[in-house]
This record gives sequence, structure tokens and C-alpha cells, in this order.
Amino acid sequence: MSESSASVVKVIRCIVCPTGCQIQAISKGSDIVFEGYTCKRGLEYAEQEYYEPKRILTTTIRVENGFLPLLPVRTDKPILKEKLDEALSEIAKTVVSAPIVMGDILIENILGLESNVIASRNLTQK
Amino acid sequence: MKKYKADVVVIGAGAGGLAAALEVKKAKLDVLIVERAKELGGITLQCIHNGFGLKEFEEELTGPEYIQRFINQVIDLKIPYLLDSMVIEITKEKKVYAVNNNEGLIEVEAKAVVLAMGCRERTRGAINIPGFRPAGIFTAGQAQRFVNIEGYLPGSTYVILGSGDIGMIMARRLTWEGCKVKAVVEILPYVSGLLRNQVQCLEDYDIPLITNYTVTKIHGKERIKGVTISKVDRNFDRIIGSDKFIECDTLLLSVGLIPENELTLQAGAELSDNGGPIIDENLETTIEGIFACGNVLQVHDLVDMVTNEAKRAGLNAVEYINGRYGKELKKKDIIKCIPGENVNYIKPDIINKRDLSEEIIFTFRVRYPDRRVQIQFKDENNNVIYKKKKIYVIPSEMIELNLNLEETKIDPTCKSITVEVIPRPEVLIEEE
Ligand SMILES: Cc1cc2nc3c(=O)[nH]c(=O)nc-3n(C[C@H](O)[C@H](O)[C@H](O)COP(=O)(O)OP(=O)(O)OC[C@H]3O[C@@H](n4cnc5c(N)ncnc54)[C@H](O)[C@@H]3O)c2cc1C
Ligand code: SF4
Repeated sequence: MSESSASVVKVIRCIVCPTGCQIQAISKGSDIVFEGYTCKRGLEYAEQEYYEPKRILTTTIRVENGFLPLLPVRTDKPILKEKLDEALSEIAKTVVSAPIVMGDILIENILGLESNVIASRNLTQK
Repeated sequence: MKKYKADVVVIGAGAGGLAAALEVKKAKLDVLIVERAKELGGITLQCIHNGFGLKEFEEELTGPEYIQRFINQVIDLKIPYLLDSMVIEITKEKKVYAVNNNEGLIEVEAKAVVLAMGCRERTRGAINIPGFRPAGIFTAGQAQRFVNIEGYLPGSTYVILGSGDIGMIMARRLTWEGCKVKAVVEILPYVSGLLRNQVQCLEDYDIPLITNYTVTKIHGKERIKGVTISKVDRNFDRIIGSDKFIECDTLLLSVGLIPENELTLQAGAELSDNGGPIIDENLETTIEGIFACGNVLQVHDLVDMVTNEAKRAGLNAVEYINGRYGKELKKKDIIKCIPGENVNYIKPDIINKRDLSEEIIFTFRVRYPDRRVQIQFKDENNNVIYKKKKIYVIPSEMIELNLNLEETKIDPTCKSITVEVIPRPEVLIEEE
């Protein structure tokens, strides 16, 4: 690299397509630039992953009175990756009761992250 | 013995079985689904992670959400189904026998059968490890069922053998449940599952992925206390001096899936090397009127592709009943499809010449990853009749190709075609 101040601050593996480009986030002075992507979708992905990585959280929640003891749930929007653990503990503290229909909101606006925890399936009573 | 009748009987109520049954019902024929589990849905019920449905619904759904949409349709259309009913025999005459908890032995008489029994997890080979057989060894899918449906954890510290998708997904799932996943150990030089899972399930949680290594010893008598892993050379032989001990109380095996075909074989249908039945371009097995779709035919990585294949199986069963059923047919004039260089298997296995003018859906997998390749179809005289470039191929991603053979330069008298994935002869500008 010609500029002496440039340094790789993060390597992001693009997962948008199977090519799996290694994208480098490089700090140049006060800017961050991305190198190593081969298409626009890759750049968008890298920017998102660098500045604000988010994931859909999928887990289970305990159910009272259900045909099964657990219900699969997910967040209806991606939430900040660093908040996944906290969201998991919040969900672990919750118990819901059957019957439940897919899409039912079980926890509204979890941790104030503007995402709801919703049911991934129907669950009838025992 | 309780008896049932239907035009089409569908065996298995997973993504495949449900989609096939819906097509038959929409064509106004009678269909009956027979399922051994206590509810409709199949394996997707335990795959609570997202990644399903991008093709079918253009949305990213979890497994249960994906399948619920089909279950809802089955219920809305009042398609009859039998739960808790394990099929134990299928005959050439399309009689299906099952044992049901309440009704005992039952018989279903049908005109056509759709096989949609799914697959099972491979354990052979991997379990061939010296040491006792202590408690604490599970397949990744079993663990997935325990954690996601039954609600208990099979252990607290884990080593996962094999980097298949289910294993990687379970590594993240167990981490979320407070367990420690010490390593994912892969005998090959590369990951066998999807890149997305490698990044989001392992790298996100700093779970080490150790390639070119395998488990060579299991420690512990009653319960696993740990495993020894060793580096392997190109022939998968252990390299002396490379042993490492990893402490753990549970070993999960994620070493691949194979189609579940004991019933198919018993019915007299022939199987091909991939473990699935030999089928033609209509997904019909070597027994007339018996069709196959989903993981029982070939292991799929995307449920959307299962759905598509199953719809075709359902439609073809309908076409069979409305057209060929009960008629005397002349001997089949066929072309064989043979897997060539870097092709593990190919479906269909055979093509009826009567269908040469139609578009045929070919699905296959490569044996090893490669870049800048050419997919080519050759006739038995080594003439290339079709070729297509591809930037990247990998065993974990099934390749699908729609091709009208009549539009190629195929010689109509030819008896076989070979499909190969070879390095591109010349390096060109990249294009898909
Ligand atoms: C663990 C796992 C994780 C996956 N993750 C993803 C993913 O993230 N994204 C994605 O797109 N795809 C994923 N897939 C792939 C996709 O979900 C499957 O390929 C698809 O659901 C298979 O559908 P199927 O109908 O062929 O089989 P299944 O869903 O397995 O259905 C087969 C059914 O047949 C029944 N059956 C079997 N034998 C008998 C018998 N003798 N009598 C009666 N019933 C019988 C079984 O009980 C079962 O219900 C995953 C697959 C697995 C196994
Ligand atoms: S940057 Fe573009 S080409 Fe490279 S992996 Fe990402 S999407 Fe694929």
C-alpha cells in the first residue's frame, strides 16, 4: 500500500454469493475504504457488516400447555449482532401459552430494538 | 385390516410430500398422505434457523414458517392424511402397508405412489473410531431435535465432527444455549457446508474450524471425556505426531445425509450410486407409477428445490393416471445419463426418447470444488453436445440445469450421455 497511514482494520468475508470475496476495510486517515469486493452487492454487504452488523435471531421459547414444550420463534427484523446475547436471555425468561398461531407477536419491541419476537409456527394445546 | 383407497398415495409429509399432495389435489384427484411422525412437516420443523424460502416465496423464512404455509394449504384443501403411520411395505401393484398406533396394520390401494420419505444422517465411517462407545455421541440432526423440539441439551462441551450445514448450525445454536463448542473438525481441506454458515455460525462466535483433521480416538468409558484429533494426509491417513487431545462431553457427527430407500428397494425399484432411486425425466422410478422427490431422491440443500421437484412429481403422477395408467406400453427407448469427470451423480439417470423435445431439468453435484469450469454434455462418441461456463462449483451446492436436448446436436440414436465439469480450456472474462 502506497499511503503509509493505511491499515486493514477488518476483514469481511462476503457471503452474498458463493464466490466468497475477502473484503478489507481499510482505514485511510479518517476514512474507511473497502477493497477486495467484485460487485456492488458485495460493497453494500461489507458496509453493513462493518458499520452495523445485524442478524435475524432464531431460537425457541418455552410454552405452557402446548402440544410441544417449545415453540420456535424469531425476530421479525434483524437486530444488532452485539445485542443477540441480551435478547436471548430476555427470551429465555419468557413463557408463553398455547394455542399460538404463526406470526403471533410474543415479545413486542424486544430490548427497544424495534423488532418483535414472533412465532414461527402454529402450536395447538396439549 | 383397515383399508383405504386413493388415486395417489404420498409417503412422507415433509416439504416434498406436502407439495406433491397439493398438486394432485389441485388436479382434482384423490390423494392420501401417510406420515410416521405425530404431525405434518418433516425435518423442516426442527430447522428453526432462517434461510428457507428465498426462491419459493422471495422471503427469508425459518424452516417451521416455510412448512406451516404448506400445512395450512393442506388443511384448507381438506387433504386427508394419516399420522403416526409408518409405512412398512410398498408393492409393485401400488399397495402400501403401514402400521398405525390406533388402527394396527392398514392398507392403502392406489394408482400411483409418490415417495417422499426424506433422508437419514450418515454415521457409518465416522463412527469407525477406536475407543469404547460411551454415551455422548449423537448425530447433529438428533441434537437439533433434542434442543429445538424436545427442549433439552445433550451435553455441555462439544466437538463436532464434519463441517456439514447441520453441524455448523448446531454449533451456533448450542453456543446460544450457553454450551461451549470447542471445535468443528473436518477431514477435507475445505468446509463441506455453505459459506454463509461458516461465517455466521462459526466465525461470528470464534469457533475454531480445523480442516484436514479427523477424530481418531474417543476417550471415556461411561461418558465421553474427550477426543483425540489427528491431521490426515491426502489419502486420509493419520499423520504420526499430529495428535491433539480436546476435552469434551459430547461428540456430534455431521458427516452427511443419505436418501432413505429401504422401502423403495423392497418394492423392486432400482437404486443408483447416490442412494436414491433411478429415475427418468418425469421423476418416475423403474417401477411404473411410482415417483420420487425430495431428499429420498437426492439430498437437497435448499428446501425450495425440494418443493419444485415435488410439484413436478405430483403433476407427473396425475399425468400418469390420466394417460398411461392401466395401458400396455411398448418397451422404453432410453438414453442413460452418466456422471463423468468431477460429477458425483446426476438426475435423471435415464431419459425417455419420447420426451427429448421437452425441457429436462438436470440436477447434479460435483465431487470437489473448482473455479472457472465448463459444464459439458458429451454423447457416447465424445462429441460435446452442450457446454456452459461456471465461475465456481462446490459439492455443497447442487447444480440445476434446464436443457432441451433436441436443441443440442444430439444424435437421436445415441444410447448415453456423459456430464463432466472440467477446467475451462481457455481463460475468458468472468461471466456466469
Ligand atoms: C437438518 C437439516 C437442515 C437443513 N437446513 C436447511 C436450510 O437452512 N435451508 C434450506 O433451504 N434447506 C435446508 N435443509 C434442506 C431441506 O429442509 C430439506 O432438504 C427438505 O425439507 C427435505 O424435505 P423432504 O420432504 O424431502 O424430507 P423430510 O422433511 O425429511 O420429510 C420426510 C418425511 O417422511 C417421513 N417418513 C420417512 N419414512 C417414512 C415411512 N416409512 N412411513 C411414513 N413416513 C415416513 C418422515 O417422518 C418425514 O416427515 C435442511 C435439511 C436438514 C436435514
Ligand atoms: S463481492 Fe460480489 S462477487 Fe464477491 S462474494 Fe460478494 S456478492 Fe459475490
